[in-house]
Amino acid sequence: MSTNLSNVDLHDLSVFDLAAKLAARDVSSVEVTQHFLKRIQAEQLGTFLAVDADVSIAQASAADLRLAAGERTPLLGVPLAHKDVFVTRDFPTTAGSKMLENYRSPFDATVVSKLGTGPGGAGMVTLGKLNCDEFAMGSGNENSAYFAAKNPWDTSRIPGGSSGGSAAAVAARLIPAATGTDTGGSIRQPASLTGITGIKPTYGRCSRYGMVAFASSLDQAGPMARSALDCALLLSAMAGPDLDRDSTSLDMPAADYATDLIATRAYKNGAADLKYPLKGLKIGLPKQFFGAGCAPDVLAVVRSALAEYEKLGATLVDVDLPLTELSIPVYYVIAPAEASSNLSRFDGVRYGHRAAHYTDLNDMYKKSRSEGFGDEATRRIMIGTYVLSHGYYDAYYLKAQKIRRLIAQDFQKAFTQCDIIAGPVSPTVAWKIGDNKADPVANYLADIYTLSSSLAGLPGMSVPAGFGEGGMPVGLQLIGNYFREAQLLGAAHEFQMVTDWHMRKPRFG
Amino acid sequence: MLLSPHDIARVANLARLELRPDETERILSQLNGFFTLVAQMEAVNTDGVEPLAHPAAILGDVALRLRDDIADEPNQRDISQRSAPAVERGLFLVPKVIE
Repeated sequence: MSTNLSNVDLHDLSVFDLAAKLAARDVSSVEVTQHFLKRIQAEQLGTFLAVDADVSIAQASAADLRLAAGERTPLLGVPLAHKDVFVTRDFPTTAGSKMLENYRSPFDATVVSKLGTGPGGAGMVTLGKLNCDEFAMGSGNENSAYFAAKNPWDTSRIPGGSSGGSAAAVAARLIPAATGTDTGGSIRQPASLTGITGIKPTYGRCSRYGMVAFASSLDQAGPMARSALDCALLLSAMAGPDLDRDSTSLDMPAADYATDLIATRAYKNGAADLKYPLKGLKIGLPKQFFGAGCAPDVLAVVRSALAEYEKLGATLVDVDLPLTELSIPVYYVIAPAEASSNLSRFDGVRYGHRAAHYTDLNDMYKKSRSEGFGDEATRRIMIGTYVLSHGYYDAYYLKAQKIRRLIAQDFQKAFTQCDIIAGPVSPTVAWKIGDNKADPVANYLADIYTLSSSLAGLPGMSVPAGFGEGGMPVGLQLIGNYFREAQLLGAAHEFQMVTDWHMRKPRFG
Repeated sequence: MLLSPHDIARVANLARLELRPDETERILSQLNGFFTLVAQMEAVNTDGVEPLAHPAAILGDVALRLRDDIADEPNQRDISQRSAPAVERGLFLVPKVIE
């Protein structure tokens, strides 16, 4: 199919193609920004919590000036939006919570400034802030204190969570790309359920500075876009050390994840060698990821994607991750423990909600916190406070951290037999809004395939792989060893050169 | 092991939360459901296993850095306090603590 670029709707273009059009001065960043703002204004999916056209247009004008001056950097002038757990100086930041209604941060998160139009930034224009589960706690975006975001493939269904607004907005072509955060699957699962591509890097690869903290030893930022190449372009700008501001940030230089993939586009015409060839790549399949717990429609899609990888020259080997099921209790002890500690900062004094009526300081704390936190945050604070309390710390928190080491060791054992690990992201396609709301533990169980790699701090991604029940998208999960983001992106990119799952448009797109 | 309403009240106080009676009941039953799941951890032998706090520590020692204790931010009091619920002359206001 030959398409004249100038006739294509701007919102159908990839980040890569939009950047090329901007660099060629076929279109200005202000025009692109206005085009997306118009779509966002008309959207009915509940994906945005804040927009400010004046701010976005001013950023786009700044990008246009840089373009006019001859600057050519890979993302200059391309718009995106941020998950609302990244603090931003120019937009409100709520983390999906009533606790932070109307909160304005005095600074930008490191990831936001690295991507943005300020000094040293990649020059991307911010279109606004994206809906998410309250404090990133949830798998369906239903825990947003404002409204549930909807899945553009079927608006009666959830888009996944907690980066649900990010995923739905990218899938619906309201934005070309978004940031997300992943603590136990919050980038990969919504990417899978909306048919887009998302990568959670190795823990510590992107700075956590300015990410509203949920579980500090697990939280990690990553890009969400339609293709692996677009994710690679964003990750190249987001990743890198932030030594003075995030003590857990890895002291490794930023990497260029995109150039090899761009060269691989040309490979189709025989012009370049593959940096990470699939031929000879060993893909490990943990038997625990392919059991009865996974819905047959999801398994069928995953298996056909793996068959495609075999055709491309990869070999499939069985590996064992025996503690996969245990990752659920381990995660749901560690994450709430860290959350209860992190959320203790919300005291109604320095920022955030303060109750209107109280008797004394203690009563003010209690009323402000109880009014400000939603059900899931309250539940996790209760779990976390309990497992950290005197007499229970060893039995729960310490025990969980020990099993966490065993889980991480199991992955290292598996990686002696394979290069990357593959499986489903989520055991089912997106469920109906309201279906799992009454039973929080049922929601926790659905995180089974993403939690273990989060606990181990490994990079993982979701790659669109087909459609299951109800015509809903299914993602293939790829998990790499530490710092192997380039290998994952390469494997996803080559798959996307021979498949078009990531190009499919949802009904409400 | 099952939690009692008394446990819930104790933990809520530690967490500085005030739960309505219906919330206490709901959270009690949800937490008991949750700790049934957590009980699976007991079956895993962790004798001699060190807890893993930073995931990359699996690869070797990870030094968590401390930066020099030098103030490197400009004074941003006004902008930092713009989202505070109650401020007067640059100070955060709280209810009277000392009579």
